[in-house]
Amino acid sequence: MWSEQSSYKSSKIHLKKLPTTGAFVVQGPGENAGIIDIGDGLCVAFKMESHNHPSFIEPFQGAATGVGGILRDVFTMGARPIANLNSLRFGAADHPKTPHLLKGVVSGIAHYGNCFGVPTVGGEVYFDECYNGNILVNAFAAGIVKKEEIFKGFASGIGNPVIYIGSKTGRDGIHGATMASDVFGGGNEERRPTVQVGDPFTEKLLLEACLEAMKTGAIVGIQDMGAAGLTSSSFEMASRAGTGIEMDLDKVPLREEGMTPYEIMLSESQERMLAVVQKGRENEVLDILKKWDLDAEVVGIVTNDGHMRVRKGGEIVVDLPIAPLVHAAPVYERPIKRPAWQDKVQKLDLKKIMQVPVAPSPHPSPSRGEGEGGGAIYNSAFKKLISSPNIASKAWIYRQYDHMIGTDTVVLPGSDAAVLRIKGTNKGIALTVDCNSRWCYLDPYWGAAHAIAENARNLVASGATPRAVTDCLNFGNPERPEIMWQFEQACLGLSEACRQFETPIVSGNVSLYNETGKEAIYPTPVCAMVGVLEDVTKHATQFFKGEGDAIILLGENTDELGGSEYLKVIHNKVAGTPPVLDFAREKSLHKVTLTGIARGIIKSAHDVSVGGLAVALAECCLREGRNPVIGAAVEINANLRHDALLFGEAAARIIVSCSPKDADLLLTIAKSFGCPASVIGTSGGRNLKINDLIDIGLDEIYNLWIGGLLITDH
Amino acid sequence: MKFGIIVFPGSNCDRDCFHVPNNILKQETAYLWHKDKDLKGVDCVIIPGGFSYGDYLRCGAIAKQSPIMKSVVQFANGGGLVLGICNGFQVLTEAGLLPGVLMRNSSLTFICKHVQLKVENNETSFTKKYKKDEIISVPIAHNDGNYYCDEVTLKRLEAKKQIVFRYHGENPNGAMANIAGIINERGNVLGMMPHPERVSEDILGAHDGLKLFESVIACHCEER
Repeated sequence: MWSEQSSYKSSKIHLKKLPTTGAFVVQGPGENAGIIDIGDGLCVAFKMESHNHPSFIEPFQGAATGVGGILRDVFTMGARPIANLNSLRFGAADHPKTPHLLKGVVSGIAHYGNCFGVPTVGGEVYFDECYNGNILVNAFAAGIVKKEEIFKGFASGIGNPVIYIGSKTGRDGIHGATMASDVFGGGNEERRPTVQVGDPFTEKLLLEACLEAMKTGAIVGIQDMGAAGLTSSSFEMASRAGTGIEMDLDKVPLREEGMTPYEIMLSESQERMLAVVQKGRENEVLDILKKWDLDAEVVGIVTNDGHMRVRKGGEIVVDLPIAPLVHAAPVYERPIKRPAWQDKVQKLDLKKIMQVPVAPSPHPSPSRGEGEGGGAIYNSAFKKLISSPNIASKAWIYRQYDHMIGTDTVVLPGSDAAVLRIKGTNKGIALTVDCNSRWCYLDPYWGAAHAIAENARNLVASGATPRAVTDCLNFGNPERPEIMWQFEQACLGLSEACRQFETPIVSGNVSLYNETGKEAIYPTPVCAMVGVLEDVTKHATQFFKGEGDAIILLGENTDELGGSEYLKVIHNKVAGTPPVLDFAREKSLHKVTLTGIARGIIKSAHDVSVGGLAVALAECCLREGRNPVIGAAVEINANLRHDALLFGEAAARIIVSCSPKDADLLLTIAKSFGCPASVIGTSGGRNLKINDLIDIGLDEIYNLWIGGLLITDH
Repeated sequence: MKFGIIVFPGSNCDRDCFHVPNNILKQETAYLWHKDKDLKGVDCVIIPGGFSYGDYLRCGAIAKQSPIMKSVVQFANGGGLVLGICNGFQVLTEAGLLPGVLMRNSSLTFICKHVQLKVENNETSFTKKYKKDEIISVPIAHNDGNYYCDEVTLKRLEAKKQIVFRYHGENPNGAMANIAGIINERGNVLGMMPHPERVSEDILGAHDGLKLFESVIACHCEER
């Protein structure tokens, strides 16, 4: 319970700085999931959690049980899950372990989510050497719950029975939490038995049975058994209610014989819940669980003495006071030190960056391909970027996820954010997840702030108003002062950005010790954001809708190239500082975009991010599986380095398209909000053409983009 | 008319299949529990998609043994309308109500995407509202949609116009003769891998699936 995974002992003092309250917040951090009010008596419960260490050891089951755990966190609150997202980080695409890990993780997520029956509607996937020894698997789930039907993990009411629900307890996953709070390198990659095995079918039964049992009104409190199993769930429930619990381990349904009390209390067998039921109504609940063919037993009783008393074979095997144990978990104020190398990596002299690609290119021919105009070097750089794994289409991944089940997915994967309608209302919610960890490495404060800003832009480009955040803070070993500095800076950056956008953080998770030997991952504070659309029919996608529409750039291009994908892919350089983040500019950009979408003027909207303007324009043209794709002819007057104009990743920019007759109106709206805006071109044709720099046929771009993620086994 | 949606443990498109007739087409709709034998007087049984009993054996193999399926087989043999979607199609082949088998996709991965279908036979109770050879877009989402049967069966299916939907353009899963959906000889039991319930509303971007449910209702009204 005092492991890093369960106690947050290193991170707690920094997490306290995060903004967690707001007008819409119904439940902040501390429960199984955060909850926000979306009106009409409805709430969204959501949370994101890491399953990094297990997924590296056993990618399929590690990722699958990560999904299972986060789903339980959501339906424990009484919410029916309606969507999953995931954020994945793998080592370099050409690292020998990457294909195996990628395939395992993706099929694990698909296996669990598809069978359970929740759509996996979006996510992000990045490849970088810094994850060679520590992949990241962060799973997000959101559910809908009526405001008056929210359940919490309280063991209230002296004399109420405590009911064990779900799969039988086995020996799997014992010490999973402590494994997840350790660095790799000492031979512990072989800790396969600490990884649990997931059964999405049982979880589906558990969902239906729990929601049905909750409807009876007999359930007082309920919590899933996650890390440290029966121990954590029982201690936490009693602690929250200020009560005690007396438990008889002889009543716990067991999968195998001869399990010791220690093993039963610490098993992390999946698909289990602990519930406290009104005295005298236990049979109502047990009958529902039996109907769904689930194991369910009364294993204990709520007491008033604040003690956890556990019996086995008639003997008391545990008798501990609860409050001291839960509240006395150590809180460390670990030493903090800005890394000596930080200044060095932030140095970037653009004069020394030649505007000619120097790295070997898979498209070495400087001569022009068929039907190709523009400058050969920019065409070539563009082709290399669009086919690089971080930018290439992720269709190979999301095609393996059922993203339509539930018949709520209005905007499918592949656009800036997923949009789901809420049945029975006019409303919708939009979901997105993001983090540019290279920026966080170069500057953890601004990198983390950018994660929030990028999420917000994604939601706005879909027509949704940003509402709240959940985060997964993935870092290295907190015992190293440089890592704690990164952690502190990231928390401060997140806090400032969340305050600026009025999007409190309502739930989250911290994953430390993501390092192997002395190699830590880039600081990776992954954030997911939930937005609300009052009228879900007024949403946008990033794709151009027809020929001859005006393409308008909201925001301004700059000559910033620090930390860009271009520098990394073309010049093999990770240096500089992230682009400037100006909150006032972001907010005016939000207003223009949301107004334009709500008034039906904007036909498509796409935020400019990884790969810059050129890649963003291509992404407006391309649509997986759809032909014909719509090209674009763009002419931008800017006195900038050509590579910065095409591939720079300056913030506060969204590309929109509208009917030519509405262009002036949109420019006027932009002006009224103080947002720079200009018509930069027209949609149509079969080429992507930008100034006299890039001119490439769409078929070629499509093939590069769609094939870029095809990673072959070694 | 009254629709019945079967709920096996592990069914997960049951609520989606309930939503279309009940909320969009305003028909009486009931859930049918797998442990029951009572079909509650429904006029059309829908076996929804999902992972019945976890599909840990062959897809649909355990569902076939359930009490409710005994009643469904009787109902079908009496001419009652039965629609099996995705896992429902797999259950129907296992139960012997439709010929053939659905094997693992040729890609060996789960596939979720919109595919184009050609309506090969618009003279069934399920397809009257479509035009002959109409091309419609309906999503698939399955691991095992690779239809296979022996050649004699295939010839019979072709001859008796039992192939109702074929994949048009791309064949996503390797199905024999591009088969996406077939009907029994009597014309009252349809199985299909694509999900019409997922494209039955404008907000979801398409309503190519709605005509299937409307066809069923229209047929039922004509019979009355």
